[in-house]
Amino acid sequence: MSDAVEVDDVRMRFLLRHTRSLKELAVYAVRGRDLSNSFMALDGVSLRIAGGETVALLGLNGSGKSTLLKLISGVMRPTSGSVRVRGRIAGLIEVGAGFHPDLTGRENVFLNGAILGMDEATIRRRFDDIVAFSEIERFIDTEVKHYSSGMFLRLAFSVAVHTDPEIFLVDEILAVGDEPFQAKCLERIRQLQGEGRTLVIVSHDLDMMSRLATRAVVLERGNLAFAGDPHEAVRLLRGQG
Amino acid sequence: MTVLSDAPAVVPGHGAGLLDVVRRRYLLQLLVRKELRVRYRGSVLGLAWSYVKPAVQYVVYFLALGLFLNLSASIPDYHVYLFSGMIAVNLFSEAFSNATRSVINNADLVKKIYLPRELFPVASVWVALVHFLPQVVVLLVGAVAAGWRPSVVPLLAALAGTVIVLGLATGLGLLFGALNVLYRDVENFVDLLLMVVVWLSPVLYPWQRVADFLGEGSLLLTLYQLNPVTVAVELYHWAFWFPGAGVGEDVLPPSLLWHAGVGLLLSAAAVALGQLVFRRLEGRFAQEM
Repeated sequence: MSDAVEVDDVRMRFLLRHTRSLKELAVYAVRGRDLSNSFMALDGVSLRIAGGETVALLGLNGSGKSTLLKLISGVMRPTSGSVRVRGRIAGLIEVGAGFHPDLTGRENVFLNGAILGMDEATIRRRFDDIVAFSEIERFIDTEVKHYSSGMFLRLAFSVAVHTDPEIFLVDEILAVGDEPFQAKCLERIRQLQGEGRTLVIVSHDLDMMSRLATRAVVLERGNLAFAGDPHEAVRLLRGQG
Repeated sequence: MTVLSDAPAVVPGHGAGLLDVVRRRYLLQLLVRKELRVRYRGSVLGLAWSYVKPAVQYVVYFLALGLFLNLSASIPDYHVYLFSGMIAVNLFSEAFSNATRSVINNADLVKKIYLPRELFPVASVWVALVHFLPQVVVLLVGAVAAGWRPSVVPLLAALAGTVIVLGLATGLGLLFGALNVLYRDVENFVDLLLMVVVWLSPVLYPWQRVADFLGEGSLLLTLYQLNPVTVAVELYHWAFWFPGAGVGEDVLPPSLLWHAGVGLLLSAAAVALGQLVFRRLEGRFAQEM
């Protein structure tokens, strides 16, 4: 079977300082850019994700998980190496990116749906489902700035999981809402898994990940430290491995 | 069962540029609507402001320049002359300046979700176009009151002028919008540039004044007249002022048609250059913000 995501020897270098005074520019021009001023967020990572897999990206803060997710989504491009994907991607890098506080919930559903790649007819068809899932029917015509943070996240998550991509990239968004709503989100994730969609999930909730993922990848300071059984990955991360 | 596209593997984040904007025109439409909604949030008059502002501008400029400076003595229907040129420049200024800031203003989206980033400058140009239409209405009211009547060829000239302005603003907006992500100086530079363009275009004064100063047939005058914004302003004069003003052909610049052709070419070249630079810099957007 062909892979949904192919990551080959990817390196990602970030510059730490972006100040650009005239003097610094002159120095750059003469000496070239000072590379000690940079940071390797990913240092030669290779990874294949097969279609239908649910892969958990685990690691401590700053290990490069989110960067890898952004590379897969296309938001960033690697410094070297290559990333390839097969099929449509929905990057839920952050819930509610693209929501505008001055628009109503309804308008935001359409705007965000279109941002995540749905066309008008699809959004119209799914609109009722999206609103029902979020459980905020009463406030759908209220401006989003008047929402509580919980309501906001529910609606945003609801739009995101009703897009129809082959590959889902999820960054720390399962910590949404109260417990009943979280359970609902998990159920929806399981449904997406059941439909055979590919999921790549970044999370610090290790217990949840070991239950949800079919495979886990552990990153350590930009390097791939482990790839395989999620339970083993969790043990490794907790220093029990 | 696996939901896996049998499409070939592609490198994510590499779109088809402006073609993708056409493909995702529904999103474009929503982005434009969002801009308009946000701009007039919490205002009672709402979009009516875009009629009030140009109407007041029309009256004040006519008072100050036409009557106090007495420019209307030398140019018949000076208020129509003035305003027809001014709306061309207004359209260009708003479209170009907003497009330059558009990528930075949408930093949140650029950093978190991949979508064709060309959408942002293009949406800014559309928003400017929406604000432009009320100005046309105000102008037409003034022109008709002064005895102007529509006819085909002049209106085609106006259309050509509009295309030139929109193309130029889109192209330069892509170019400077991308550069603005790397160097925030760019937006200040663009403001400066726009101020220069407004005063150097024959909006407040006729082109003959420039010709008198630079010398008829001089290279500088040709360069001045080939500036696409100047071409658009003269095309608007031709469309909205000339037919009703009762003046001779010689008040329009000679070879205006030829200039219009060059203007269209230059504005197409601006789009191509803007797209090229935008694509080259796009890969760095997310980390530079």
